[in-house]
Amino acid sequence: MTSGRLAHRSNLLWLAALVHRLSGLALAIFLPLHFLTLGLAINGEARLESFLRWTDAPLVKLAESGLVFLLLVHMLGGVRLLVLENLDWRDGQKELATLAAALSAVVAFIFLARVF
Amino acid sequence: MNVRLYFWQRLTAALMAPLVLVHVAVIFYATRNGMSAADILGRTRGSVVWASFYGSFVAAVAIHAAIGVRNVLVEWSPINERHAGIFATVFGCCLLVLGLRAVAAVALP
Repeated sequence: MTSGRLAHRSNLLWLAALVHRLSGLALAIFLPLHFLTLGLAINGEARLESFLRWTDAPLVKLAESGLVFLLLVHMLGGVRLLVLENLDWRDGQKELATLAAALSAVVAFIFLARVF
Repeated sequence: MNVRLYFWQRLTAALMAPLVLVHVAVIFYATRNGMSAADILGRTRGSVVWASFYGSFVAAVAIHAAIGVRNVLVEWSPINERHAGIFATVFGCCLLVLGLRAVAAVALP
């Protein structure tokens, strides 16, 4: 019974919806911190500069590439939904969702390789 | 989610898709030789274009994120719709204020 009720969770498009929601939630949590960081420049360039030097740490760079992935996967997943809702139906939704995630991962990896 | 919220979430999503692409391109450009405050502020301070770009981005994301957070709270938490709406409105207003403050910090000459 339980496995029947949860069968949809093995569907790739259910996973895409979950990734879209979780990435949106993570970005919503990150945004206030991002804005507070940029707001440091109100008190002068030096405050922002000292924070940026902290972001040189490898773990922070890794987290930044994660954020690039989240931003892109949320945006591309959203574009897929907008197209789905507003244009004619087209097949290959699972492939498009996979492509969105793969493209986001590739761009995030390129970002990571560039900053290290 | 009612029709009004659905409309605003989709409208802000459509507006932000190109803004996100430009933002990611800016991130890549800004980190090409390591980020510095002087580089960032040298580009943005006194720039009406960047102030308008990021001002629009902040307004759209504040609306979009607030509606998204409301949906998550309604569907995934025991909070009722009214309280989720209040929380989301406060969250959206905080994002708008913090975001516009950040834009002012980097764009005002």
